Amino acid sequence: MNKWQGWRKIRYESELNPEFSSEIASIPGGDKLFSCIQCGTCSGMCPLSHYMDFTPRQIIAMIRAGLKGDVLSSYTTWLCASCYSCTVECPKEIKITEVMYAAKRLAIHEGVYPKRFPIPVLAGEFFKAVERSGRSSESWLLVWLYLKTNPLKMLGQAGLGLKLWLRGRLSLKKESIKHKDELHRILKALEKEYMVKRKEDLTPVEGRAA
Amino acid sequence: MSYVYFPGCSLKSTGRAYEESMVAVFAAIDQPLSELADWNCCGATAYMAISELKALALSARNLALAERQCQNAQKAEIVVPCAACYLGLNKANHYLSENGEVRGKIDQALKSARLEYSGRVRVRHPLDVLVNDIGLEKISARIKRPLTGIKVACYYGCQLVRPYAEFDDQHRPMTMDKLMTALGAEVVDWPIKTRCCGGSLTGTVPEVGQRLSYILLREAQKRGCQVIATACPLCQFNLECYQPEISRRYGEKIDISVAYFTQLIGLAFGLPQRQLGLHRLFVSVREPKLAPLAVEGSHVG
Repeated sequence: MNKWQGWRKIRYESELNPEFSSEIASIPGGDKLFSCIQCGTCSGMCPLSHYMDFTPRQIIAMIRAGLKGDVLSSYTTWLCASCYSCTVECPKEIKITEVMYAAKRLAIHEGVYPKRFPIPVLAGEFFKAVERSGRSSESWLLVWLYLKTNPLKMLGQAGLGLKLWLRGRLSLKKESIKHKDELHRILKALEKEYMVKRKEDLTPVEGRAA
Repeated sequence: MSYVYFPGCSLKSTGRAYEESMVAVFAAIDQPLSELADWNCCGATAYMAISELKALALSARNLALAERQCQNAQKAEIVVPCAACYLGLNKANHYLSENGEVRGKIDQALKSARLEYSGRVRVRHPLDVLVNDIGLEKISARIKRPLTGIKVACYYGCQLVRPYAEFDDQHRPMTMDKLMTALGAEVVDWPIKTRCCGGSLTGTVPEVGQRLSYILLREAQKRGCQVIATACPLCQFNLECYQPEISRRYGEKIDISVAYFTQLIGLAFGLPQRQLGLHRLFVSVREPKLAPLAVEGSHVG
């Protein structure tokens, strides 16, 4: 590929996923996605947009077009730090941060997120810890994160760890709630509901994709 | 009235000083706080990325427990110092009252653990409570060592004012500015006070996350700021703990104290440094001078 072509890929209609936009739009208030006017305010407000492979505005357009694979494997959604700058400025009141979350959930659910990229790994470890004990133990969470992504990096952070330890800010105690059974029952009742609506309940809308 | 206090995971470890100073300040103004019994994780950002409903359910359990704890009280208010927990619990409240589908599923999940939540609990941030419930007048009356001559930048960060601006303006919040001015500090004009600190990206993708922290620190330092006042444990951690790494990475020496706003109130109240967790900071805050005693009935002409 020529350098000037950059990341742009040509997609044909047969490669599009017409259900994708409805899947994302199934979040509460998600329907507003279809009213996007592509003004780019979100990308302008986003403090992380110039580190992203696609800007938030492009992501919205790609979701509507049905470019499922490209959206779910992009770094953009994972770089979103959920600061909500885009959401509060969107003239069409699209909850862009929540759209990013929906894309993260789908990517994890379908196993297509960038592998060994620390952000989804952190999310996964955090989720497991809370599911188990009801609380997250910050120090252990970081240890697991480094072991799973880049163990050498952990050595680089040893100095910081020691400084925190000396000031009583690093605890190796494993935090847990008392009534774990209560929490487990609540979470079990919502098993497999990674989105509010299930995929089977969605009706893909013909011609809705931009 | 008494407030229920929700610490969240950070206030028990890296953000211990936030808990210590907040508890000390509330005690100093005789405002009781009772920690939520058996609280669990709020569901935060990372959890939201895996399951939205489960994240909301985690917050809903906390709200249900808080409601139970306030059973006999007229009002049910929960004070949440961590900005991420504050948003998490607030979001759950909003979703439960605005979306019938979410409400139905969460209610059912809570029921399976013999819990219920009517939606009565109001989620509050300590900054909001201290300035709008207690009031600056009462706080000013307690000052023993005004923060005179200390240049403070007030950092609100993101999730305290976005997406829900519950107690202040979304673009130009002033609550903390007013509080710091009342404490005697000199508030520096620092327009990026709601810009993102990088969140967890400072650790996961440092070349990106630490740039965001650096922008905040650099602009504060340029304005002669000595202390950045924060209202979130992650913001505090990012702006303080990565300073040596940031200085190396961007070739500029950054040396600014980053304290919790509650620590600064405590300092002005003249509370002992250890009680406020000031010994846990990497860059210590200069102790203000004792104010000249105002003798009752004396007249200074």
